[in-house]
Formats: sequence, C-alpha cells, structure tokens
Amino acid sequence: MTMLRKLGAAAGAAALSAALAAPASAVDLQFFFPVAVGGKAAQTIEELTADYVAQNPGVNIEAVYAGSYQDTITKTLTAARGGEPPQLAVILSVDMFTLIEEDAIMPFDDLIETDEERAWLDAFYPAFMENSQTGGKTYGIPFQRSTPVLYWNKEAFAEAGLDPETPPATWEEMVEFGKTLTKRDGDGNVTQWGVRIPSSGFPYWLFQGLTTQNDVIIASGDGDETYFDDPRVVEALQYLVDLSTVHEVMQPGIIEWGATPKAFFEGQTAMMWTTTGNLTNVRNNAPFDFGVAMLPANKRRGAPTGGGNFFIFKDSTDEQKEASLDFIKWISAPAQAARWSIATGYVAPRPDAWETPEMKAYVADFPPALVARDQLEFAVAELSTYQNQRITTIFNDALEAAITGQKEPAEALAEAQAQADRILRAYR
Amino acid sequence: MPRRIEWVYGWLLLTPALFLLFAFTHVPAVKTVVDSFFSTARGARPSTFVGLDNYRLLMEDPVFWQVFSNNVWYALITIPVSIALAIVMALWVDGKLTGRGFVRMAYFAPTVLPLIAVANIWMFFYTPGFGLIDQIRSLFGGAQVNWLGDPDLVLGAVIVVAIWKEAGFFMIFYLAALQSIPPSLREAAAIEGASRWTFFRRVTFPLLMPTTLFVSINAVINSVRLVDHIFVMTEGGPDNHSSLLLFYIYETAFKFWDTAYAATLTVVVLAILSVLAIGQFYLVDKKVHYR
Repeated sequence: MTMLRKLGAAAGAAALSAALAAPASAVDLQFFFPVAVGGKAAQTIEELTADYVAQNPGVNIEAVYAGSYQDTITKTLTAARGGEPPQLAVILSVDMFTLIEEDAIMPFDDLIETDEERAWLDAFYPAFMENSQTGGKTYGIPFQRSTPVLYWNKEAFAEAGLDPETPPATWEEMVEFGKTLTKRDGDGNVTQWGVRIPSSGFPYWLFQGLTTQNDVIIASGDGDETYFDDPRVVEALQYLVDLSTVHEVMQPGIIEWGATPKAFFEGQTAMMWTTTGNLTNVRNNAPFDFGVAMLPANKRRGAPTGGGNFFIFKDSTDEQKEASLDFIKWISAPAQAARWSIATGYVAPRPDAWETPEMKAYVADFPPALVARDQLEFAVAELSTYQNQRITTIFNDALEAAITGQKEPAEALAEAQAQADRILRAYR
Repeated sequence: MPRRIEWVYGWLLLTPALFLLFAFTHVPAVKTVVDSFFSTARGARPSTFVGLDNYRLLMEDPVFWQVFSNNVWYALITIPVSIALAIVMALWVDGKLTGRGFVRMAYFAPTVLPLIAVANIWMFFYTPGFGLIDQIRSLFGGAQVNWLGDPDLVLGAVIVVAIWKEAGFFMIFYLAALQSIPPSLREAAAIEGASRWTFFRRVTFPLLMPTTLFVSINAVINSVRLVDHIFVMTEGGPDNHSSLLLFYIYETAFKFWDTAYAATLTVVVLAILSVLAIGQFYLVDKKVHYR
C-alpha cells in the first residue's frame, strides 16, 4: 500500500513538473505532405523539417508522408472532419476552394501582422499566387509547384533533317515538324510519332496549355464559373483531336502519362509535353541529346501552373498557428526554396531563390532548368473551382470523349459546361 | 441455475466476435442506409433529410448507368470464363504429367501477386508501341493498338487482367475437389466403357457442383470487389468506359466528397449483391448435391 502511494506521489510530481515545464517546452505541429514524383522529394522534406527543428528548440514538427496528392487531401479532410486536422499540410493548390468550403483552412492574412510579413506574400511569382488567393485573401503559399514544358529529341530532329537546336514555336510549326518526324515502316505502321501530349487521368492540365495559348481562361478566379463551351476552347480541343485524326502526328486514343517519358526514351515519340517535375528523370535516362522548350504559342504563349501549396488549418491553438507560419516562412525562404528545387526539379516559387549562389551554379551547369521559370511569365492558374474534383472530372470526361472520337468537341464541351453550371449555380 | 450459467457463458464467448461484427459491419451498414436519405454536409451547410432525392438522382445519373452496365458485362464475362478456365487447368494439373508441381505453381502465381503489382505488369503489356503485346504483334506486321486508350477495347483489357488473376485461385478449389473423388468411380466407368467426356459430364462435373457454387459466389463478389487494377491502369477512363461500381463509389466519396450520394450507391450495390447471394444459396443449393 505504501509502495503504491509512493508510486502515485512520484507520478503526480512528474505530471506536475511536466505541466510547469510545458510553456517553455515544445509546440507540437503535425505536417502532412504528399510525394507526387520519384526521387528525393520525401527525404528532402524530412531533412528540411529536421533542420528547422534543430534551429528552433521551441517547436516540434512531426512530418507525415501521406501518400499521393489524392491520398493527402483524403487523409487531411477525414482528419479535419474527425476534429483533429494537422496544423499544416502541402495539398494541391487547386483544392483551395474545397478546403475553404469544408471550413478547414484559414487565410494567411489573419496571421500576418508586420509589413515585412506582408512583403513576404508579394515575394512569390504572381503566376503561382493566382491559385493561392481568392476574394482578396491568401490561403496558400506556393511550395512544390511545376508547369508543363516541351522536351524534344535532338537526334531525331537531325535525322529528319530539322535543325536540332530549334523546337517548334507555334501550333503550325508543331504540326509541320511533327509530320517530318513521324516515321512509318513498309506496312504503313508508325514507328516514331511526332509529338505526344499525354491525356490519361487528368487531360485537363495539358489541355489548359492549349486553351491558354488560344487566349482563353477556362474558370473564373472566384471558382464559381467555368467557360468550357467558349468557341476558343472548342478550337483548342479541335486542334488536339486533329493532331491524331487529321495530321496523324500523334498516337490516337488516350495517351498514358506514366509511359510518356519511357516512350520518349525509346524513340517512340520525338517530342513530348510533360511536367518540369520530370526534368531530372529525363536528364538521367534519355540515351540521346535532348532539349527543353516552352510550349508552342498560338494567339499567345501560355501554360498552366500545377502542384502543391502550404495550407494552415483553422482548428489549432494560436501558438500552433504562429509556429506553423514561422515554419512556412522559413522553408519558403530563398535558401531553402533553392535547395528544394535543386533536389526535385520543382520550380523555385520566388525570384530571389534563383539569385542564390547554389541556384546560379545549378542553372549554369544545367540551363534547361531555366525554361520553366521563364515560362511563368506566360503562365495562368490551373483549373480550380468549388467542388473542384467533380468539375475537373466532368471536364476530363468531355475531353476523353472528344479525344477518343465518341463526341464532337463542341458537343462534348457544351454538355460539360451544362453539368458544371448545374453544380456551381449553388455557389454564385 | 446451471442452465442459466451456461447461457451467460455462451454469450460471453460470443461477445468479442459480435462486438467486432457490429462495430465494423452492421452499424456502418445501417448508417449507410440512413445516410442515403440525407444530403451531404458541406462546411457551413449541415446535412438535411431529403427523402428519396438521392435515389432519384441516381436514376437520372448517366454515369451510374454507364458504370452499372460496365459492371454487368465485367461480371458476365469474368465469372464464366474464369470458372471454365479453372476447371480446365485443374483437370490438367490433376492428371499425371511431368513437371506437375511447376505447372501448378505457375497457374497459382497470379493469385499470390498483389493486384496492384499485377496491374503494373499488365500496363507494360498493353503499352502501345513498345509494350509486350504490340512488340509481338509487330513481328507479324500488326499496327500499334492503344488497348487502354480506346473506349471500345478498354473494358475487355481490364477483364482479361481480372480473369488472369482469378482463374488460378479458383483452380485450387477445383483441384482439392478433384482429389477427393474416389478413383474407383473412374475404374467403374472404364469397365462400363464410358468415354472421357461422358465421365466428366456424368460423374466429375456433378461431383464438383458444391465447389462450383462456392466458387461462383466468390466470383460474383469479386466482380464487384476487385477494382484495384482500375486505379492503376485507367482510373475509370476513357470517359468512364472502364469504371466499375466500387470505383465510382470511391470517386464519389473521396474525390467529390459527396458522401450521401456515395452511401446511396453503396446501398444499391449491397442490395444487388444480397439478392444474388441469397438467390445462389436458396435456388441453386437444392440442385447442387449429387444424389
């Protein structure tokens, strides 16, 4: 009995001292992050987090690898609905409206106080901020962001009699070059296609490159209106369909994303459109000399942005929110942004990160890394609306129906617009 | 008094299993039915009672009907083909042949592999141009075929993967059943001068009926349950031509966050599966046993 009482007293004392020590000890943060590309992404995030914790003994960050982007938002929303959201997370920038509607996140404007902090919000490329702000408030901080670019096989260009240093600059040139590059064997079967624009899973992203080049925006900044049936969108879709059916420079049907770099390495296609996130992969695996260029222009140059932002969740203590903000400020600072960009191939989201010595050395060694940055000037927000995944699924289905010849582009897009209107009406 | 203690004792033994069954099967099932009569809560807007609205929406949802018909075709082809293949393979490896152990293992291997891994292997087979199938076809002058990118071919392509995965599993049950058939029957049939086909049709196949019932119920459940390869290979595309019911439920619940509509879809699938399972047990069970 006395033994038990002693133990109880000891436990009580320990609890008391822990409680007294609490204000001085750590703020605990939980941080969910996804990994969408291979390579060193997960390792680099964990290293950065550990470095921050080492420099800031008052904060303890548990970095949780949550799977793909889709897994991460699913886990985060499930946790938020259960009343225990993480304090911060990296989630697709286009899921901003979903997170707002779920009342899960808070604007950074409610946390920042000083002018210096306000200047921090303006330090990022405007193209990345388009997907991070709505209604005059900033909800996301750009982190693992990307944009699609054109890769071309210089050897195939030379073999076809084209200048290996000149990529197509316009839609017409892409068709023209494509025709020269498409090779057929004796039976008329294609052995090398001219160009490859992958369309499996989420065709809307690369298609947005075409719509932007055709000088049309497909969704409003408030996320409550889409313009899928605009004649210029129809024209862009017609161009994409014609690449396979009329010009015969691209493989018909839906083209797989995952197999695209491999098809490029195997010489199945002489040009491909894909994310800058593949840059390191192509650099390491292409058995030939390759080039990286901005996407070709039509009425203007253009490309969507993509990738993930930092979000801060509402349901936390004030200390946790402060600490989250401080961590995000630190990890998005030029030195860390440069380190992250070099390790992964993501585009460093602010101009001053490109001025750091490490970054300068990197681009001097590997100039193609600059193409994505330079294209940002022409880039627009990725399609993002309320009920984002449902709207993009409707749009994807319409694109797939047109690409596979089930429907005419105009018909498919008019139907998609009608369905999107039905869902978004509630938000206007 | 002892009776009563026995009764308490019995219930105590049942409690752990009952608790798990209720917590993870019955309560969620009932909750799903209840949820299907409410709207989805979204941030500021709480969930409200909407009666049969979700079911009306389902009747008018073209994607649901597309997915439903995909799943019917998927089941109508995978179930009989994988069962027939399983019987043929079991008869083959039950006989005396050299390397029998190796062939058995080869047939069973697809079952051991996780479906996600299988799907990735098949993705390579189906890749246009440099995939295995196209490489073989090109030897005979065949043109590239975009198996997973063509709405007319994609469902067939995922059905082939499902059959490849399932047939070996069913074979194991048939093999066990075949080995329990007494050899004296075959000897008797041989004395009577019955042909091998007659012996199979009149003796072996009827004796395999209980196994066939078990396997066919499993096959029906699997035709709704096995969707992992859809995630890897097509994500339901192009334009929902390879989407199956369970995949559509996942999309609705965890991509669109429309949990009420997902609950409605779940109720419909549960109802269909229950009717099929009850039908198989009560109607077929009477004719299954060889008398």
